[in-house]
Amino acid sequence: MNVKVMHFVIAAVSLLLSVNAFAAAPIKIGALFAVTGPAAFLGEPERNSAKMVIDEINKAGGVKGHKLELVAYDTAGDATKAVQLATKLIKDDKVVAIIGPSTTGETMAVIPVAEKEQIPLISCSAGSKITDPVKKWVFKTAQNDSLAVGKIFEYLQKAKQTNVSILTVSDGFGASGREQLKNQAGKYGITIVSDDTYGPKDTDMTAQLTKIRGSHAQAIICWGTNPGPAVIAKNARQLGIKTPLFMSHGVSSKKFIELAGEAAEGIKLPSGKVVVADILPNSDQQKKSLMAFVKDYQKHYKAEGDHFGGHAWDAVMLIRNAIDNGADTSASIRDQLEKTRGFAGIGGSFNYSAQDHAGLGKDAFVLVEIKNKDWVIVK
Amino acid sequence: MQFDQILQYVLSGLSTGAIYALIGIGFSIIYNATGIINFAQGEFVMLGGLLTLSCLELLKLPLWAAIPCAIAVSTVVGILFERLAIRPLKQPTPINLVIITIGGSILIRGLAMLVWGKDTHAIPPFSGDTPIAIGGATILPQHLWILAITLLIIVINKVYFYHTISGKAMRACSYNRRAAGLVGIDVRRMVLFSFIISSAMGAVAGIIVAPLTMTAYDVGVMLGLKGFCAAIIGGMSSGISTVIGGLILGVLESLGAGLISSGYKDAIAFIILLLILFIRPQGLFGKADSERV
Amino acid sequence: MKKDLLLFTVFSIFIMLAPQLFSGGYLMNVLVFVGINTMLAIALNLLLGYAGQISLGHAGFFGLGAYLSGILTTTYSLNPWIAMPAAAIAVGFLAGIIGFPILKLKGHYLAMATLGLGIIIFIVFNETIELTGGPSGLPGIPNLELAGIIFDSDVKNYYLIWGFTLAVMLFSLNLSNSRIGRSLRAIHDSEVAAQVLGVNARLLKVQIFALSAVISSLAGSLYAHTMTFVSPASFGFNFSIELLTMVVIGGLGSIYGSFLGATLLTLLPEFLRAAHDYDIIIYGGLLMLMVMYMPGGLVRGIPVLFRKIVKKKGES
Repeated sequence: MNVKVMHFVIAAVSLLLSVNAFAAAPIKIGALFAVTGPAAFLGEPERNSAKMVIDEINKAGGVKGHKLELVAYDTAGDATKAVQLATKLIKDDKVVAIIGPSTTGETMAVIPVAEKEQIPLISCSAGSKITDPVKKWVFKTAQNDSLAVGKIFEYLQKAKQTNVSILTVSDGFGASGREQLKNQAGKYGITIVSDDTYGPKDTDMTAQLTKIRGSHAQAIICWGTNPGPAVIAKNARQLGIKTPLFMSHGVSSKKFIELAGEAAEGIKLPSGKVVVADILPNSDQQKKSLMAFVKDYQKHYKAEGDHFGGHAWDAVMLIRNAIDNGADTSASIRDQLEKTRGFAGIGGSFNYSAQDHAGLGKDAFVLVEIKNKDWVIVK
Repeated sequence: MQFDQILQYVLSGLSTGAIYALIGIGFSIIYNATGIINFAQGEFVMLGGLLTLSCLELLKLPLWAAIPCAIAVSTVVGILFERLAIRPLKQPTPINLVIITIGGSILIRGLAMLVWGKDTHAIPPFSGDTPIAIGGATILPQHLWILAITLLIIVINKVYFYHTISGKAMRACSYNRRAAGLVGIDVRRMVLFSFIISSAMGAVAGIIVAPLTMTAYDVGVMLGLKGFCAAIIGGMSSGISTVIGGLILGVLESLGAGLISSGYKDAIAFIILLLILFIRPQGLFGKADSERV
Repeated sequence: MKKDLLLFTVFSIFIMLAPQLFSGGYLMNVLVFVGINTMLAIALNLLLGYAGQISLGHAGFFGLGAYLSGILTTTYSLNPWIAMPAAAIAVGFLAGIIGFPILKLKGHYLAMATLGLGIIIFIVFNETIELTGGPSGLPGIPNLELAGIIFDSDVKNYYLIWGFTLAVMLFSLNLSNSRIGRSLRAIHDSEVAAQVLGVNARLLKVQIFALSAVISSLAGSLYAHTMTFVSPASFGFNFSIELLTMVVIGGLGSIYGSFLGATLLTLLPEFLRAAHDYDIIIYGGLLMLMVMYMPGGLVRGIPVLFRKIVKKKGES
């Protein structure tokens, strides 16, 4: 009897001790961002945001007694490096989950590693094929390109401007956008009258625009990231093109307005809600997260937070919530992630399920117009 | 195909080509004086643009003062590069020189990334941005600046190389470095001169193009590559043939993008380049014993 | 000759035992890439160090091998062991055809032409989206499989890649000691003199160009089957330059030099990772210092350095 009690006490004490020891150990989260190289405009705000939100969480005492630790590596936008570093995160750093990479190409390269090693991967890139078909260990926070395309096409359909020219950048972002533009055109009764591309480092797009001018398009849709679209806006102005110009969510930051200057006026684009956080109605369920993100980012980095950074913010918060719900291993984090419902983040309101690892609906985007060097929501 | 469309392609091509030409001449001047293909040439283009930005925004200088200031600083970087990297080289074989200029270009780009960050920056145009109509085509006042400055630089080059002592000495170096040394020309000084001139020219190119194309720490790579092509087509001359080389490249790109396929426009330009080289291995204007300055 | 064989045997044993020294982990993954890059550096070195012909477009051949292997095994579900030689033959054939006009060029014209070739190949990868998947890349390439072993882990891939790399090394060492090697060096020193002595310089140059392309293509295929994913960004102009740097930093005309160069440039970014945004500056600076203070490359510089140290110790 006595012995049994002793055993019980020892077991209970050791269990308690082990739990305490476990609580003291930080939970390591890996991150792969393209902080340098051609996709640095994605990677840098992503890394900054991830660092920021993890600092904030730790300052508030961590999650369930655990501190979080971010192990972030720079992939320079290179798929080979991304795969190598994913292996490093898993094998050497022993992280429980990975956030990133920043671009679709890198993500596609890293997916086989995550699947094989059974580590949840929350990608910050937009390509639809990342989660379509659904892969067991792969989630994403960036809004699908198809949602952005849908937003523009809906508007054009209503405005009866059904002949459009598309001009896309010849990198992963542009190629994915171009594919979606072509695929969805039929659904909205839109005809693509010309289809051109430009190189990510090109400095003059008047040739493509001259061709478009001759094509009698009713709208021009340009899919790219800075600085290309700013050059295109300026070139279009030089050529006196009056056709309405649409951009992608790739340029929804103040930087674009600054670069394109006067030429930015009147351009419409689908954007995450972060750029219009302050003018959103209070009833918007994302408003609280958005305002917190914008305020924190301003405080930490003296710069405007953009929705790219928001993807990393969302990813960290999703993992935080999973841990908060009791998950502590890679497998349980994955299971908890899949149960995420109604998480109002920066990119939108997330609802993951076994059939949907992208988790966002059309309301993730708003169509905005640039007026007087600022954003206005297009009704 | 309408005439004004073609005219627009050609005009756009010419203004892009003029920039390639300026960068190309920078390549040629150093090549002729030293036999070095300076892969860091593009970085001076980047420095020109970004230094102008700093002069405008940090020092609050007016444009007319910011430009010479930017050129001067870029030239100092050029001098440092020659003094610290090129001159101390123990075995200046062509291939070692290629690697050292590549190393230099990576280093300069890295420093620029730290100083100016990774963002792209805009620079205001010299004289407004109201389009000017020519026939059915339009250009910007900045295009006229580019063409005028390119022309001016060619004239200055001509005067320098043919009517000044140091210019003539430099030409002598390009014909035969040893012979030039024997007749009393300080060849090392000429090497330094060539770096000064070409870094200044690279900076000028970077400054005049920045209002159109914007600038960032990594713009030098692509522009440098295109300038290199222009110099090759022109047979590594520092005169009019490199200018023609640059203009040909610019117009080919523009016509290729407009008429054939925008995705393949660089490929079209390079295929034509290869064909030119296959038919004339000594360059479009190269003669067996051609004058290279 | 005997000494060479001994050296190679010792080197091979070292390579085969290396995984025991650095047990597992991420380092194995890096060492797999050291193997691939060594193969590529040797391929370029045969052309540059032995025949004296520069190429700024070798990443293109590497990419062609990777993409051909990738496309043949995914879209056409061919066995990787058939796809690999098929890709190599196709690339060798292409290089042979292009080699004739391109190798007529000299000096910087040759540099320009090969650079252009590399860029054209890169653009084709990017633009033929139906075939290559375009900029987003080509996923789902199968791993190699031999006698029931699937090469899907870093350790297995290490032995696979290094098996091929050692074979390429042995082949290249033999080549440089053969009649062909001597003829090549003759071309390197003076093409005219070599021709006078009865070397068919033009044909030999084209042959070595094609051989170099075949080895690069093989490395590309192995890369594709190891990574199971390829995208154009890995085969751009920058990688051509990196290969050139490996060859020169390692030591022109030396097979072991290529190994040293590839090892240094593959491992360097791993050590510089801690330096964050400063890594690019350190990388550029080191490159310059290496050329300044070891102009003959690592393979010649290290012994000199070693002797200097020994001498200093002897003096003190």
